[in-house]
Formats: sequence, structure tokens, C-alpha cells
Amino acid sequence: MRRSPADTERSARSISRRGLFLGGVQMTFAGLLIGRMRFMQVDQADEYRMLADENRINIRLIPPARGLVYDRKGVLLAGNEQNYRIVMVREDAGDPEEIIARLAHLVALDPEETADAVKEMKRRSPFVPVTVADRITWEDFAEVAVNAPALPGVTPEVGLSRIYPLDSDLAHILGYVGPVSDYDLSRLDDQDPLLQIPRFQIGKSGVEAKLERSLRGSAGTRQIEVNAVGRVMRELGRQEGDAGQNVQLTINHSLQNYVQQRLAGESAAAVVMDTVTGDILAIGSAPTFDPNKFVHGISLADYKALNEDPYRPLYNKSAAGLYPPGSTFKMVTALAALEDDLIDLDETVTCNGYTELHNRRFHCWKRGGHGKVNLVKSLRESCDVYYYDLAQRAGIERISAMGRKLGLGEKHDLPLSGIARGLMPTKSWKLESGKGEWVVGDSLNASIGQGFVLASPLQLAVMTARIASGTAIEPRLVRAIDGVETPIKGNVPLEGIDPENLAAVRRGMYEVVNGQRGTAGRSKVVAEGLRMAGKTGTSQVRNITKAERARGVTSNADLPWERRDHALFVCYAPHDNPRIAVSVVVEHGGGGSTAAAPIGRDILLQAHYDGLPPLSAYPSSQRGTIRSQQNNLDLRAPVEPSEGRDRV
Amino acid sequence: MSYLEYNVKFVPTGLRKVLYINWVLVILLTSVAGLGFLMLYSVAGGSMDPWAGAQMKRFALGMSLMFIIAMVPIWFWRNMAVLAFGASLILLLLVDLVGVTGMGAQRWIDLGFMRLQPSELTKITLVMVLAAYYDWLDVSKVSRPLWVLLPLAMILVPTAMVLRQPDLGTSILLVAGGGAMMFLAGVNLFYFIAVIAAGVGLVTAVLVSKGTEWQILKDYQYRRIDTFLDPASDPLGAGYHITQSKITLGSGGWTGKGFMQGTQSRLSFLPEKHTDFIFTTLAEEFGFLGAASLLAMYLLIIIFCVVTALQNRDRFSSLLTLGIATTFFLFFAVNMSMVMGLAPVVGVPLPMVSYGGSAMLVLLVGFGLVQSAHVHKARQK
Repeated sequence: MRRSPADTERSARSISRRGLFLGGVQMTFAGLLIGRMRFMQVDQADEYRMLADENRINIRLIPPARGLVYDRKGVLLAGNEQNYRIVMVREDAGDPEEIIARLAHLVALDPEETADAVKEMKRRSPFVPVTVADRITWEDFAEVAVNAPALPGVTPEVGLSRIYPLDSDLAHILGYVGPVSDYDLSRLDDQDPLLQIPRFQIGKSGVEAKLERSLRGSAGTRQIEVNAVGRVMRELGRQEGDAGQNVQLTINHSLQNYVQQRLAGESAAAVVMDTVTGDILAIGSAPTFDPNKFVHGISLADYKALNEDPYRPLYNKSAAGLYPPGSTFKMVTALAALEDDLIDLDETVTCNGYTELHNRRFHCWKRGGHGKVNLVKSLRESCDVYYYDLAQRAGIERISAMGRKLGLGEKHDLPLSGIARGLMPTKSWKLESGKGEWVVGDSLNASIGQGFVLASPLQLAVMTARIASGTAIEPRLVRAIDGVETPIKGNVPLEGIDPENLAAVRRGMYEVVNGQRGTAGRSKVVAEGLRMAGKTGTSQVRNITKAERARGVTSNADLPWERRDHALFVCYAPHDNPRIAVSVVVEHGGGGSTAAAPIGRDILLQAHYDGLPPLSAYPSSQRGTIRSQQNNLDLRAPVEPSEGRDRV
Repeated sequence: MSYLEYNVKFVPTGLRKVLYINWVLVILLTSVAGLGFLMLYSVAGGSMDPWAGAQMKRFALGMSLMFIIAMVPIWFWRNMAVLAFGASLILLLLVDLVGVTGMGAQRWIDLGFMRLQPSELTKITLVMVLAAYYDWLDVSKVSRPLWVLLPLAMILVPTAMVLRQPDLGTSILLVAGGGAMMFLAGVNLFYFIAVIAAGVGLVTAVLVSKGTEWQILKDYQYRRIDTFLDPASDPLGAGYHITQSKITLGSGGWTGKGFMQGTQSRLSFLPEKHTDFIFTTLAEEFGFLGAASLLAMYLLIIIFCVVTALQNRDRFSSLLTLGIATTFFLFFAVNMSMVMGLAPVVGVPLPMVSYGGSAMLVLLVGFGLVQSAHVHKARQK
């Protein structure tokens, strides 16, 4: 193409003009970009920098080691054990199924668990470690570690999990821990971020649940840098949390073991309490269960078996079980009447075998009657008619008030699950609960611990300790938390009870065991300075019908188990300087003197000697039987106190 | 150049041409590419693999191409313009038939040793063919409707093909680049006013058609527009790119977090960190100073092109140089606007820095043409 110079000049000028213009536009736009850049990078830099930090810094929680629980001697009751498990990272494993198949050649794997693990791995990000096998043995752990090169993505790991070294002995006291559930979250109103950790273990019952705040500790934090998909790149900072506080209980582990063994085979409960300090030395509830099973995750079959057992092993009968206290309640009625001078210490009541009230007969357990009965005799021989008389003089309000003074009908503040309040009935209570007007007959039933009166073995132990010591002593289960001792409470004389009256009741209780015709005469202690005082009780589970009485069906052995009487016994020793109080309830055990009193004596002696008592403490005629009974007990070998928390 | 001018002017020949290559431009391009290698090294976590090394080889190849093209007289390239344009149209057609799909769009032809993106090539060949057209066309006819329609077709045919892939970024660059060429050639301003008015109408149509049967753009393109207008509406979804991009850029501050210290890109919060969003990594690690320096180098390249174009009496050379400069400008202007949240995310790489062979090769071929125009410009004796 050829053009004239003028044409070229003109076109060049046009291009120059427009080129310059376009260049100018471009420069202006570049200026805009620079301005925008400056605005974002200089003026707004701080804001964006903060956003960038939020992006990359993630806080992860470090679960604290749970506080340990010791007995009064420093023996470990609840500890943390190293728990070996195998975790797997999908992206490192390549084909998880293939690797798991290889792993199965080395260690025994639960196919169900591994199938779940594979599912979990597919669902989660490829770099998230997933547990393939939990609680493997050290040998398996080592096996996997040695073969690591052949198992890409597989890592053996060590974690902490709860262990109860005395397994079933303290199941009802300690309770157990388990993974936090949605139900727990809704129930607890607890903002602790630790609860958001999947499968974080918290106390589910007993001391573990009640002292959860102390035992749990506080979370440590780990600041980690993560990338956009959440992969951990590196750790930026670490702040260790506080391990849970250690708890020392007042329980004596060897006595506890003895109590559980002594109660074994029965559906029974027993509480041992120090009458001076209020320390609970043992709380037995039989049958029991192994709390370790709950920590590992109990199988449905095992749980069903525990749940459907008529002896109710999961239930803490000592604190949660309520029983009509029967004749063990007679001290309360006696003290109520004595306190307001409604009867003299020596005044007698004649027992003909029954009391007639509004054409209804209230029977004494002794058909023929006790004849003339004073206070001591009424306790020794457990005459019912004497108390029917007292009930009519004192009335239910006085009796119930006395019961409350002695610790009945009150929820004692112990870190146990399901502590029952029991019942000290009053007129207004009956009316309010829609059972109608209070009648004198109700008072008569209440006076011998039947009818509406309900108490737990724990309350009966407190009652016995208060009668024995004359103080308003409160039970204490926690001796110290984190080294800080729990104060003893109620170590002051009982208000509004004349010490003389108490002494008289105590004399009666001494006679029960040591006197002629004492109902617990067969459960005597002959060791000098260790004479025991006590009171038997036999409480009816249902009323004996007239027809039955006529037929003569009064023997417990003729009845099915669940309709037999409860056997009760409360006792303390030494009688002249009380230190230890015991209460025993054998569900449907029959008579208190035969079923409960021997157990109470054995436990009391065991507590006093802190070990198997010498046979010389028993009456000579019984020593042979006691020896074989002692030999038959499956007691735990002595456990040495641990050196503190370093064991973890 | 008319033969009359041979008396007073000369054009370098033979090996002497090497002396007339603009070495400042070479240094600028190398500096920009060098910055790119640094960033690619950084976003790979301090490794030549997988990006920096490959990018260097392509740069070496591109530079060689540039020198070869610069040595060839510019009039040869003018004669080749139509052929090149035709070839790129055929390649675009091939993409439709045998192209490889990537990122939801069909853009590449796999040549075995590299993936060729014909749409990139078209950006340069369109400029070439328009420059040649206006060089051939009588100046007085430039604004006549018939002679306006012809270049308009040249622009819209490849644009339509690219849009079908779909590649919105390249389409915008083609239309804007082609429009700039027509503007430079002296087409009457009324045409532009009319086109802008039509453009506004088109945008309205695009927005109105959303959700109807005759919807013009793909859903993901609408999503990008929506999230551009309000990135906060979907911070973890489609707005994520824009939000993270702005965080990356803004958190750099004056001097940046330091080389290889950028948390956003190193931790993959930043999407497409080695391609379209690489500018934000630069801004994060080297701060405002680093980002402004890159922009300054880009502007120096533009200024050089404008200066040499204005000095050149050859109409084809001038138009070509200005056209390539404008294309280059559009690349970085759109890319930077995009990562700063000033424009929707349309997928335009940062020239000479973003990882990607086709774009870099094509740009260096373009600058080869600029150098050729510069070398073969008539100079005073």
C-alpha cells in the first residue's frame, strides 16, 4: 500500500492524539489502582492483618489429667492409666481397607469397630486421625510400632483413661466416668469448652459426678496454625492447663473391701461411720458391679443383666435405699417421750402381746407379751407395746422432730448419687400428700419404725453415731480436696436432748447385745474394752393379713424372697467410749437379730482392728464358726498407699 | 515508508539490528518475570517445583521467540497478520472440538509438550490483523459504516467463540483491545458512544435475563457477579475468593510480611494462588512498596510502547505497538481490579507473573512484534 506523505502525516497525528489520550486513560486507571492499593494496604492494613490471623490461628484444647481419688490411707481408688490405641490417617494410608487388613494379621481387631472407623475416615477430612482400635495391649502396641514401615498412616498412640484399681469395691461410692453425651450437655449447664471435645470423659455418677468440678481440672490450650482446610501446620504456642484436683476420701479401702465381701451374696447395705469425726469409713452395697466396664463402654448384654437383676446391683442401697427402720427406730420414740417427761426412766408399761385401739389390735412381735416393761427392757427385748404406749403419749410430731434431730428424714450432704431424704412423717405431711387425716394408729406404726417412716442405712448410721456420741455429728465422706482438709461438722452436743436420757437409751442398747434375753445376744463381743451396744430391727415389707395370722404363715422362710422382712441392725462400740457406729440392712433377710446383727458385729470389729479381728473377740462358743467364715471370705491382699500423683 | 524518505532516513539491517533492540524493555520484562519466579517459588513453599522452574523454561523460550521476531522486518509480520488471525480462529474452532476441559471451561488444546490456549493467541493476532487492516484502509474511509462493520466482525467472531468456552475474562480483553485499536485508528467517536450505550443495554439485559429461559451467562458467572457486588453475602462459598484475596492483599501493609512469610498463600487460604491471585501474594509478602513497584514497572513498559509508537511514522507499527501495550494494560488492570475487589472475578492472569505458558509466550511474542516495530522504524540519518 502506498500513501502520500500528507496522508501519512495526518494519520500519524491522529494516532498520536488518540494514543496519548489512551495512554493518559491508562495512567489514570493505574493511579486509581495505586490509590486503592494504598488504601487497603496502609489505611486498612490492621483490619486485614487481624482477619489473616484469625484465619490461620486455631485454638485446640489439651484435656487435663483427671484428679485422682485416694482413700484415707492414701491408697489409690481412681486413677488414670495409659491407654494404647491405634489411629489411622486416611491420606497417609492410601487404601484404608487394605491397611486394616494388613493390621488384622498383626493384632486382633474388632471387625465392627474397624468398619465404623473406615466409614468415619471417609466422612472426615483425609488428614484427621481416626481410632481404629482402642485399649490394645502393650504387646500389640509394640507389634504395631515395630511394623510401622509396612503400615503407612497407622500410628500407635498413648492416651489417658480412668481406671478403678479396686474395681467393684467402691463402685457405688466412686461411680464412674463416661463420654459426655448430649443429655449431659443439656443437663449440666456447663460452659467448659472441654465438654465439646468428642468423647471427653466426665463423671456420670457417685463421687466422680458430684466432685466433677474439682476432679476435671481446666483445659490447656494449644495455639496452632492451620491452613484453609484445617490441617495443622505447626504449633505456635502452648499453655498447659491445670490437672484435676486430687480427692482424698474418708473411706478405708480395706474395710470397704471387707464390707463388700461380708455382704456378698445378699441384697444388703452397710455403713460404717466414725462417731467422733463423722468420717464415713465404708459404705457397702451388695451386690456391686465393676465400674471399669462402664469406662470401657459396657456391652448391652452386660448392662441388661445388671439392670434386670432383682438384687439391683447398680443401685446404691446405702444412700439411696429407703427402708422402714423397724425396731431400730425405737430409740427415737423413746428419746422423744423421755425428753418431754412423758415417761420416767423406770416407769413400766404392761405388755400383753397387743394394744387394742379403736377395735383394732396392734400386736407385739412376742405373742405372749413381755409383762412389765421399762425403758431398758423395752429396748433389750424390743417390746412393741411399750412403744405403742409412748406413741400415744408423745404423738407423731414429737417423734418426727426427734428423728430429724438424730439425722433421719434429712438429706445428708455427701457427694453420692441419689441420696434419699427418707421420711419423718407429720400430720401436715400426710394431709398434703393426700393420704387423709393422721390417725393414732399411724403414730403407733411409726413408733416401731413401720408405717410411713422410711430411712436409709446412711441415716441409720448417722442416728446411731449421734446417740452414741451425744453430738450432732455430720457424716463426712471427703477428707480433703487438693490437700485442703474438709472441716468436721456438728461436733457439738445435741441440742434439746438430756444427756441422762441418752445414757439410759445407750444402756438399753448395751443390754440388747450383752443382757439376758437381749435380741442381739448371739452377736456379743467379749474383747475387753470393746463391748458393743446395738439395736436389732425387723421391718415388715407388707402387712400380715388376719387370714395369714390364722393360718400361721408368719415364718419368713415360707414366703417368697421379695415378701420376706428386712433385717436391720445398728450398733456402736466401745459402748463406754464410742468410736465406731455401724448400720446394716439385709433386704428381705428375715430377722434382724439373726440376719443383720452378726454382720454388724463383724464389720464393727473389722473397723476397730483395721483388719481381721482376733477370734478372742468373739464368744468362745462361736470361734469355730467365725474362723471358717473368715477363711471363706475372698478378701483383697493389702494395697500399699501410692506415692501421690506421680504414678500417672 | 515511502521511497522518497529513503534519502533522509535509514532502517538498520543485518546484525546491527541487535543494537537497536530496546534493551530497557528487555530488562523490564525480565525483572517482572523474575518477580514472578520469586512469587511462584514462594507459593510453592520454597520450591522450584511445581511452578517456578517450569515458568523459567517458558520465559526462556518466550524470550528467544521475542528476539527472533524482533529480527524479522515488521512488514513481514504485517503481511502475516491475516494468516495469523485466520490460524487462531481455526485453533479456536479446534478447541471446541478437541479441547481439554479445565476449571469448568474448555480452553486448551493439548499439544503434548504444552497446553496451548488459542484464546491467548487471539489477543495478539486480533491486534495484528486490525493494525494491518487500518494500515491498508484509506484513512478517509475509516469511519464509514461498511468499513467499521468489517473490523467489528473481526473482533466479535473470536469473542463469541471465546465466550462459548466460556471465558469471560478473555472475551472482555478481546472486545476492549479491539475497541482500543479502532479508537486509535481514528474511528469516529460517535460509534464509541453508541457502543457504550449498547454495552449498558447489554449489561442490563444480562442482569435481567438471570433466571429466565434466555439466560445469557452461565450460573457460575452470575454467582461471580453477585459475589462481586456483595462478597460478604457468601463468605465461605463463592465470596470466599474475593474475601480471602482482599485479606491477603490488605494484610501486607507497607512493607509486607517478608519473602516466604505470607500466611494467607502459604496456608492455602488463597485460591488460585499461583495463577490469577498471585498479585495478592506479592502484596502480602512485599507489601505496598512491592506491589507499587510492580505496577511502576508495568507502567514503564506501557510508557516505552507509547513513546516508540508515537515516534514511528509507520501506521502498522504504531497501531500494533499501541494495541499490544493496551492489551498488556488490560491484562494487569483487570487482574488487579479483580483481586482488589474492584471488578468481578473473570479469570485474567497477571501478565508475565502468573503461572501459565500460553499467556507468557503470547505476551513475549507480542513484545517481539513491538521490538520489531522499534528496530525497523525509520530513523533520521
